[in-house]
Amino acid sequence: MLKVRSSRPVLPGFRLSLGITLFWLSVIVLVPLSAVFAKSATGGWDGFVAAALSERALASYRLTFGAALLGAAINCVFGLIVAWVLVRYDFPGKRALGAAVDLPFALPTAVAGIALTTLYADTGLLGRPLAALGLPVAYQPAGVVLALTFIGLPFVVRTVEPVLAEVAHETEEAATTLGATRLQTMARVIFPTLLPALATGFALAFARGAGEYGSVIFIAGNMPFRSEIAPLLIVTQLEEYDFAGAASIAVVMLLVSVAMLLVLNMLQHWQRRKG
Amino acid sequence: MARRRSFLLGVTALCVAALLPQRTAAQASVQILNVSYDPTRELYRDVNQRFAQRWRAASKQQVAIRMSHGGSGKQARAVIDGLPADVVTLALAYDIDEIASRAKLLPANWQTRLPNNSAPYYSTIVLLVRKGNPKNIRDWNDLIRPDVKVITPNPKTSGGARWNYLAAWGYAQRKYGSPAKAREFMTRLFRNVPVLDSGARGATTTFAQRGQGDVLIAWENEAFLATNELGRGKFEIVAPSISILAEPPVAVVDRVVDRRGTRQVAEAYLKYLYTGEAQDIIARHYYRPRNPQVAARYAARFPRMQLLSIDRHFGGWGRAQAMHFNDGGLFDQIFEAAKR
Repeated sequence: MLKVRSSRPVLPGFRLSLGITLFWLSVIVLVPLSAVFAKSATGGWDGFVAAALSERALASYRLTFGAALLGAAINCVFGLIVAWVLVRYDFPGKRALGAAVDLPFALPTAVAGIALTTLYADTGLLGRPLAALGLPVAYQPAGVVLALTFIGLPFVVRTVEPVLAEVAHETEEAATTLGATRLQTMARVIFPTLLPALATGFALAFARGAGEYGSVIFIAGNMPFRSEIAPLLIVTQLEEYDFAGAASIAVVMLLVSVAMLLVLNMLQHWQRRKG
Repeated sequence: MARRRSFLLGVTALCVAALLPQRTAAQASVQILNVSYDPTRELYRDVNQRFAQRWRAASKQQVAIRMSHGGSGKQARAVIDGLPADVVTLALAYDIDEIASRAKLLPANWQTRLPNNSAPYYSTIVLLVRKGNPKNIRDWNDLIRPDVKVITPNPKTSGGARWNYLAAWGYAQRKYGSPAKAREFMTRLFRNVPVLDSGARGATTTFAQRGQGDVLIAWENEAFLATNELGRGKFEIVAPSISILAEPPVAVVDRVVDRRGTRQVAEAYLKYLYTGEAQDIIARHYYRPRNPQVAARYAARFPRMQLLSIDRHFGGWGRAQAMHFNDGGLFDQIFEAAKR
């Protein structure tokens, strides 16, 4: 009985599954994306430059990608600590804490945006003392970073966690018996193992943050040149029936995101080969 | 296995049944979709209920009116993209003009088909300040004082904000006499704006709930709603010396009603808005009624102001849109200047 079963292929045929993959990716990803490129071309080269590379658009890219990078970087630091605590220690309430990490995944982003704005506005519970210290958060670029940090957290924690759980205690013990200090074990043994996962988490959090709209518009202030994110600029162009302009900005965002992910992948690849 | 299959079959059959048009009930009931702008939720809830009663009495037919609300420009775009609206009731004529010119769903002269430029009610733009008016804001020129923070949504995305902007512009042009001076006035005004929401409701929330800014430029009906419902006794309405005649128009979408066979009920629905009964509902929701008797009854509620007209003072929506709000228009230039 067992033998018969194991001789049957577990997955359906390669050709069928590849066909499904290509069809599915086309319908869901490739065709819509090529439509964006086609639409951005309808305004001609001059139209594309005027819409996608205007001073205001450039300011919005700086904010969007800058805040996404900063948010992802913050998440790398604190996400790593959270993952570390969740994997390595046992304490009451650990499961609840683990579930809380996933909340930014599950929460509608608008809800997150409204909650953060309420808390961090200069009349809010956390915003008031911060504003008194001269650090206003809501309706400032800092608010954008805050929102993107919030939505990016689970990406880092959930990619680092399984890898961290895999790092065998024996490896650490071996390092210790070979005379490594605890800091050396951290820096030379554990951290290099985690680096690829951390880089993936960073890339995911960054990509998610760059495209985020729902939570940011509530807290950003949305002032052109200062606190206006690129996705909002796209929506604004759509409201003006400027479909080509909206697509042009979308194309720039897409290209920058793809370039960033490519660089990260190459870094990871290089890191693995070096290792 | 067999049980599971029959269960699946049952579910499929149910889904198919739900998707099929219910032919037998078609004569007895009809459904229409009203695509409207943001603040009219409460208004149309009441209007729809009364109209359904009247229609049932007159034609022995049940009518269900579904609503869709959102920023006026966004709603117009949804209709252009295929949302099957039997009627549109939007914040400004320009948005319905776009539906007519881009998707050809209704004739270009749609606005002449109903009385009063197809606007069954009108409204205006007022200033909402905090209780006791601590910054002593009396008129538009107080909004450019350096100590005043102004909340208004983005005119690029919000129909209401376009009225706000044009009201301020109209005031400045009359007061200071030249477009160049008006532009300078607007630059100073927008320098005082700390948050630019994408819609009128969002701006009201930012001002009323988040406590941002000293003054909110708002639809008169939104301002009344804020003073009476959001925070009783927390806000005051200031009527500026000059404001704008805002006429949110309504129209039947010809191509949709002819396809769906709903023209009769859709036209009756819009005509109903002009009846005394509907005008009274309209006035109760703080929109200014057209019917003289109803207007007289609610006269005390609405302050008298000098109201500029978009057609007479701004050359119509087409010109106002091109001059102020299109890419590179005056609003963009004002922002370029305000940021420096």
